[in-house]
Amino acid sequence: MSEEILKVDGLTKVFNGTLTAVDHVSFSVMRGEIFGFLGPNGAGKTTTINMLITVFKPTEGKASVLGFDIAKQDCNVRNVIGVVPQEYTADEDLTGLENVFLCADLYGIPRNVAKERAAELLKLVELTDFKDKKVQTYSGGMRRRLELACGLINRPKVLFLDEPTLGLDVQTRAATWDYIRKLKKEFGMTLFMTTHYLEEADALCDRVAIIDHGKIVVVGSPEELKHSLGGDIITLGIKEDADVSELIRKVENVKDVKKEDGSYRIKVENGELTAPLIIEALRRKGHAVTRLSLTEPTLNEVYLEYTGRSMRDTEESREAFMAQRMTMRRARGR
Amino acid sequence: MSKLNEYCPSRLHGLWALTNRELKKWYKAPVIFLLSIIQPILWMGLLGKSMNIGAVFTGSSIPLPQLNPPLTPQQLQQLGGYFAGLQSSIMLNAFNTTDYFSFMAVGMIAFTALFTTMFSGMSVVWDRRLGFLNKALSTPVSRAVIIFSKVLSATLRSMFQAGIIILIAVAFGLQFGASFTPLSILGVFAIIFLICVGLSSLFIAITIRSTRMETPMAVVNLINLPLMFASNAFFPTKFMPDWLQTVAKFNPISYTIDAVRQLLIFNTDYIQLALDFTYVGIFAVIVATIGIVLSWRFLTK
Repeated sequence: MSEEILKVDGLTKVFNGTLTAVDHVSFSVMRGEIFGFLGPNGAGKTTTINMLITVFKPTEGKASVLGFDIAKQDCNVRNVIGVVPQEYTADEDLTGLENVFLCADLYGIPRNVAKERAAELLKLVELTDFKDKKVQTYSGGMRRRLELACGLINRPKVLFLDEPTLGLDVQTRAATWDYIRKLKKEFGMTLFMTTHYLEEADALCDRVAIIDHGKIVVVGSPEELKHSLGGDIITLGIKEDADVSELIRKVENVKDVKKEDGSYRIKVENGELTAPLIIEALRRKGHAVTRLSLTEPTLNEVYLEYTGRSMRDTEESREAFMAQRMTMRRARGR
Repeated sequence: MSKLNEYCPSRLHGLWALTNRELKKWYKAPVIFLLSIIQPILWMGLLGKSMNIGAVFTGSSIPLPQLNPPLTPQQLQQLGGYFAGLQSSIMLNAFNTTDYFSFMAVGMIAFTALFTTMFSGMSVVWDRRLGFLNKALSTPVSRAVIIFSKVLSATLRSMFQAGIIILIAVAFGLQFGASFTPLSILGVFAIIFLICVGLSSLFIAITIRSTRMETPMAVVNLINLPLMFASNAFFPTKFMPDWLQTVAKFNPISYTIDAVRQLLIFNTDYIQLALDFTYVGIFAVIVATIGIVLSWRFLTK
């Protein structure tokens, strides 16, 4: 379990000698893990993935996949990895099956084996009924699933997913997560993915690295990261106008209390256990709690804490990306 | 450690898969396929038949001087015969054949090759933009194969179109030379193969780093027409000004067209033919090598 599948040491990419996209990044991924690279757009996620899949040459630093150096043994690396790119790379003019066969040919897989695997994979991603339809008739979710099937044709030991749910609606996104979980379970493979959806990283990843401005700010499991923020948040209101901040502050495990327009925002450790204590303490002094909510910190807070950037920035660039893709589709005449 | 890839791909694997991907887009799309056949027909019909240069020299188009006393019918007949002979000798002298249509129909083949190979560069840009290029780069297919599949698909398309052009030209009245044999057709395909490999490698080398369509489009357009007109495609180079003759002398298109003419419509001059093949062959090898070296260097950023 603790075998290092992916080992990255001081990986750096400088474009045109001036733009540092990835800045001395180091981490490792263990066998069977889903490792997430989380960060705003332009943080260097895709550049990192492109170096690991041997499409870009690193300017500095080292990385190895299953012990193969990405710079010196790039051909070996390409044989053991699968890639699901950010874009829809399947050829629109070909059918789903033809696209899977094309990928099989790129790995030199003979047609009889490819047929077997394609049938199996298309069944897994539930595209069997559509395999003979041209890809241009596919929906976004179907295309993403087709990309997954293509990325798995060579039975990779490590699968790289670059923004696997970019541009998908919420339902399709959740369905794609299920496929990814299924993959991990069925093939026991190691997954490396980038995303800027926090829920996605939280729901899927065993460990997450938050990357910003080309540097890794923090690595850890989503639980650890959330915990590192220091506890849960309780929001409560009471009937009377009296200020009970001091009273709450004396309760065990309470770290901070803020009064905000008639309600109290309380930072606590072990929220589930502390909340009853607070209610009890207030009631003893004759204050009735009228409402209470308990929020566990999400990766959202972690992300904000470490990158100092709000999600809106990244949403905007996502829209720009989608707009660009629409333009390109229009340019192709549809 | 188990075997990496139980199928141990060879250096050349994936070449046909990638080539066929390009070709499928062409022959599976009826409209594009039809257009690529209609285009040469249109060009040939319009250019070849409208520029009826042979008719310029026919006797009836030259007014006879009104002499006093008028010519006897016998003399007129003699004169007519003289003009008729003049026409074919002028045509033979200028075009090496009496039929201008045959002359330019062959030029059309090179014209089509130029415009078909032009798109091989464009499709590299497309693949880059759509992310397919990165996807292909992450598979064990060699870099050279990725580039060469583009070259090969453009070449095969051009060769197919050349075949169509020859068929149509024959239907429109192409006159084969005295030394024509069915074997000559093979020679034609061989020289078209060479020039297309050279040209598409050239266009790919121009576009390989580009992520935008506009820049390579402009560059390719800039060099395409000059390559066409600074050659013997539509007119013999010997009537061109010296500087243009020099350009045409280095232009591989000229040699291609000359080779096709030697094979199809001229009385074959084998020394000239050998020279043509050597020149175009060297051009193809050099440019294809440059293309492959560039692909190693620049496909991976």
